[in-house]
Amino acid sequence: MRIKAQFGMVMNLDKCIGCHTCSVTCNNTWTNRRGAEYMWWNNVETKPGIGYPKEWENQEKNKGGWEMRKGELSLKAGGKANKLLNIFYNPDLLDIDDYYEPWTYDYDHLIHSPEKNHQPVARPQSQLTGEYMEILWGPNWEDDLAGVHETGKRDPNMRGIEDDVKFEFEQAFMMYLPRICEHCVNPSCVASCPSGAMYKREEDGIVLVDQDACRSWRYCMTGCPYKKVYFNWHTQKAEKCTFCFPRIENGDPTICSDTCVGRIRYIGIVLYDADRVKEAASVPNDQDLYEAQLDLILDPNDPDVIEQAKKDGIPEDWIEAAQESPVYKLACEQKIALPLHPEYRTMPMVWYIPPLSPIVDAFNGHFNSLSPEVVFPAIDQFRIPIEYLANLLTAGDTEVVSTVLKKLVAMRTYMRSIDLGQEPDTRLIDEMGVTEEMARDMYELQAIAKYGDRYVIPKAHREEAENMFAHQGQAGFDFMEGCSSCAASGDWKDPYEFSDAYWGDLAGGSTDGRQ
Amino acid sequence: MGPIDFFLWVAYPYITLTIFIVGHIWRYNHDQFGWSAQSSQFLRSDRLLKWGSLLFHIGVIFVFFGHIGGIVIPHTFYPMIGISEEMYHFGAVWFGSLAGAAMVIGGALLTIRRLSDKRVKSQGSRADLYVLLLIGIVTVVGFTNTAWYTATGGDFDYRYTIGPWFRGILSFRPMPEMLAFAPWGFQAHVIAAFTLFAVWPFTRLVHVWSLPLEYIKRKYIIYRRANPNKSKKAKAQ
Repeated sequence: MRIKAQFGMVMNLDKCIGCHTCSVTCNNTWTNRRGAEYMWWNNVETKPGIGYPKEWENQEKNKGGWEMRKGELSLKAGGKANKLLNIFYNPDLLDIDDYYEPWTYDYDHLIHSPEKNHQPVARPQSQLTGEYMEILWGPNWEDDLAGVHETGKRDPNMRGIEDDVKFEFEQAFMMYLPRICEHCVNPSCVASCPSGAMYKREEDGIVLVDQDACRSWRYCMTGCPYKKVYFNWHTQKAEKCTFCFPRIENGDPTICSDTCVGRIRYIGIVLYDADRVKEAASVPNDQDLYEAQLDLILDPNDPDVIEQAKKDGIPEDWIEAAQESPVYKLACEQKIALPLHPEYRTMPMVWYIPPLSPIVDAFNGHFNSLSPEVVFPAIDQFRIPIEYLANLLTAGDTEVVSTVLKKLVAMRTYMRSIDLGQEPDTRLIDEMGVTEEMARDMYELQAIAKYGDRYVIPKAHREEAENMFAHQGQAGFDFMEGCSSCAASGDWKDPYEFSDAYWGDLAGGSTDGRQ
Repeated sequence: MGPIDFFLWVAYPYITLTIFIVGHIWRYNHDQFGWSAQSSQFLRSDRLLKWGSLLFHIGVIFVFFGHIGGIVIPHTFYPMIGISEEMYHFGAVWFGSLAGAAMVIGGALLTIRRLSDKRVKSQGSRADLYVLLLIGIVTVVGFTNTAWYTATGGDFDYRYTIGPWFRGILSFRPMPEMLAFAPWGFQAHVIAAFTLFAVWPFTRLVHVWSLPLEYIKRKYIIYRRANPNKSKKAKAQ
């Protein structure tokens, strides 16, 4: 056993109102610059829909993530030799039209237009070429189901339920899906980078791109099944969500979380066994991946785990933070948060509490006096088809999604009886195997949780980092009017760290990972 | 043989090779951020790029090894491994022409794309275009020498002239007379090539040295620590 700590996030989709504040603050903080303006490290998609970039979930086409090939965990887009052979032209790369062509408006014209019969208009101009353009697709083009009668059928999560789902106004359903980088435990983008420019931070699991080591081979973009590694077309380097590491290191939540209006986000750490990552990601059946992922995460209250964690150099305050972690509670204890597309085998670390939705025609408005035999079967008649949520969150296992939704309903029924001053109604929670204590915990964390409960973020132990200078230019974006040359000057020492003990790391390579 | 010959076949190669070497060291140490393949595939993933890039790069690889075989390795080596003069020339002309043609066609496709595609044109730098043109000159001239002069039975044999001259440059025993009387096509190829060496370190061509062969033996997942020494200690325990 070799324990590592890893930041994770939970998003409660029940509370997402689709306001895009997260996307806007993220963009203002990180990507509001030339070459990056098309990037939305955080974006909110309306589902069903093909999303951003178009059809990102269609791995038959995009070749992201891992797959089992001849019993071996392999990159879907091809192994190392295959990548080197295709290095002159990546056949699976999405280009910027799959995202959208970024544009601005000809605002100058509003001011400098000569007098005319009609008001001057600011026409859209491409930010790539400067020419006037017609806008045919953009970020969040499908907001609130816009155009879903055309795009909805191309949503890969629709497989198997195409015939049941109607996209007419009266029968349609929708939900919001905010997405950031998953900071996977088994990141296929890192594995795809031939230059070794992408890495996981050993201390906190945040996945970053070394801007100085990136050689623009672009395989990370293909490798990431969530399409959350972007290509800066101006600097020709890969960029991605940084989990706002400068804020996280200081104990502050990411900017998307901090500004979330619906307070849907939770941040905390989990401890996992790094020796078993490959094994967990290699279970043959896609639907077993969720359990395998839960199994990989260790109980931070177990004395053996605590002892081993200390041995592996995890600081005391981090172990305490892991015990208080809302991510651990929601994903592992209460088991109501699910990973997004576990079938990609990357062990994603952003978890989602699936949304409840109106029950179609089931109760005629009489809900409170119903027994489990009546309530639970009705959950399968939710407006959002269970199969759809299952394709999104459990590799198609409707059983797991259904259980989570039942737990959510059971907790509400129980709390409702208490709020109304009645005898605590434990019928539903008993049925789901949820104790009264856990039901209250679920309620506290979902409905009440204050800032300090939603974000349990231990500060980084920067005092232990010896050569801070060597990190300059590695993780940030210092080319923005910054000192782009200082990273490599002086007695530069690359803190590349490889070991050969487990699935990760570099065996026998040079200590300088650059080529 | 005059001062001009001395300049062209002794001074110029050494000046450009010095710039080549010092330039690379300087760039590597001062501009890691700019050191990349600078792919424009993301702006437009089209067939011009696909076939242009594939033909050009595969052509370049064969051309490179062809030059090793014809210039760096002395002609006396081949009979020792049983390759006769005829066999060598047959291979050199045919493979050389094929590789050269791939490079010329690929380069042409890439040039067309760079000039005609609005996105690539407006985002590409002028240096990209100049490099492409310079490579174009080197390639077209070199290709002409192989496919036209040598194949049609020209009596100038680069293996007895340019080969020794180039090895003389590398071993600091310059022999300018070897090139002073070469046909002008070969002379032009050499001058253009050394000019290319001089600009090489300051352009996107540096990505050649970044061919990520280390990827083959690397493990898939990379971790980096803020404190490398500490983790070494932990491992030692």
